Amino acid sequence: MAWLNAVVQGILLGGLYALFACGLSLLFGVMRVVNLAHGDFAVLAAYLGLAVITGLHVPLLWSTLAVAPLFAVVGYLVQRLIIQRSLEVSPLTTLLVTFGLSVVLQNAMLEGFSANSHSLPSGWLAAGSFRLTPQLSIGHFSLIVFAAAVVVIVSLQLFLSRARLGRQIRATADDAEAASIAGTDVRHVFGIAAAIAFATVALAGLAFGGYSSFDPGAGTQRLIFAFEAVVIGGVGSLWGTLLGGVVLGVSQALGAQVDSGFGVLAGHLVFLAVLAIRPRGLLPGRVT
Amino acid sequence: MIGANGAGKSTLLRTLAGLHQPAAGSIHFAGREITHLPTHARVALGIALVPEGRRLFPSLTLEENLLVGARRSSAWTVSRVMELFPWMGARRRQLTLNLSGGEQQGVAIGRALMAGPRVLLLDELSLGLSPAAVRRIYDLLPSLLAEGMAILLVEQDVTQALRVSDLAHCLLEGRITLSGRPRDLSPEQVEAAYFGLAARA
Ligand SMILES: Nc1ncnc2c1ncn2[C@@H]1O[C@H](COP(=O)(O)OP(=O)(O)OP(=O)(O)O)[C@@H](O)[C@H]1O
Ligand SMILES: [Mg+2]
Repeated sequence: MAWLNAVVQGILLGGLYALFACGLSLLFGVMRVVNLAHGDFAVLAAYLGLAVITGLHVPLLWSTLAVAPLFAVVGYLVQRLIIQRSLEVSPLTTLLVTFGLSVVLQNAMLEGFSANSHSLPSGWLAAGSFRLTPQLSIGHFSLIVFAAAVVVIVSLQLFLSRARLGRQIRATADDAEAASIAGTDVRHVFGIAAAIAFATVALAGLAFGGYSSFDPGAGTQRLIFAFEAVVIGGVGSLWGTLLGGVVLGVSQALGAQVDSGFGVLAGHLVFLAVLAIRPRGLLPGRVT
Repeated sequence: MIGANGAGKSTLLRTLAGLHQPAAGSIHFAGREITHLPTHARVALGIALVPEGRRLFPSLTLEENLLVGARRSSAWTVSRVMELFPWMGARRRQLTLNLSGGEQQGVAIGRALMAGPRVLLLDELSLGLSPAAVRRIYDLLPSLLAEGMAILLVEQDVTQALRVSDLAHCLLEGRITLSGRPRDLSPEQVEAAYFGLAARA
């Protein structure tokens, strides 16, 4: 029963990883940008959430309504003003630039919020749970996060396959120059993709903040989980990212069941195994 | 626009489409300077390029490839393009990867038409196509001209190009060395301009 519990908790945790990783997957799939500041933006979202929650006295769920749209705007601007310029120099430059962004963000947060760790007050959500059997219960909060991950990934996939803008995003990911001669404003499309990615980063950052405490340096560790989820699932596929997040979550939970210190390591080992056996991931996608 | 390999034909079309910035000089279209306009804005004005190598979107279906080119103000729709290329209807949901070269060229032309161009820039339509496919593509041009759009055609196949055009230019090392109506140009003149014999003599 303890093992079943570990699997269930692992799947739910995997939803959080997938939610966190899909922005990374999207940016890489569409413009071949590896955003090394991804984790730090998630932590920044958590701090903003904290400010909204304590400042406006609203619950965690409501704070997403303020933080996610704000982050969409930030994402559009970061893309148009910073990443786009480096993209036009060379792909390697985008790595350096996003790494620089990461350093700047971490230090700015250290300056602004101190090195103390915080956590988001998730109120009744944190305590409540569905008790399925005496040994197996599902927390409200982790269930909501998992559902949010599934909803985000399904709607993103629908948007990409059905909407006009989604089609333009896929075309641009295939061949940006060809998209421009077909009349697509490629920079705007990249900006929109970044806006979507950042909105999901905001959701993931808030969810992380409700799960566990965070400090200005927490982004780096989380970025590794996001990378692992993306690579396990298969680069360029959102369904793969969801699967990768779940595989990572379950591995960590099962590892922790063996030995409480073994969880994160088990995740890394599964990641390495997938990389060795199926280097293109479990569900390699075409684009996005 | 005819010219030997490396004469600069594709570079000229790409510059007109906004993919390269000219080092000197300016580009005017319909009474307006467009030298610094980005590519997508030139498409909106009515300049559509069918690039060398077709450059279709591999992960999009045939119909989606056409739809990427769509503009609200354009008179061209997917169904109108499919009237022009009747074979497309049955294969609209297929990826373009499995189409023949001639069919891919049709999709590339269709995608450009979707923007409702006033001038169509065609780069090496015949490249890599069977003679029958080349003929089919060229047979389309009169109906497009009849729509009132202008066509700037780049072609290495001189006979083919001279047959369909009203005005021919020969490009050599980035400069026009000969211009005129095809019927006024003698084969010797064209040959000399094409290979740069006059310049060397
Ligand atoms: N006006 C120009 N000034 C300087 N360099 C040019 C100019 N036009 C073309 N070039 C250079 O010449 C080379 C060949 O140009 P381009 O590909 O346009 O030739 P092309 O006529 O299309 O050849 P092909 O028939 O093989 O397609 C390219 O390296 C291009 O950069
Ligand atoms: Mg060429």
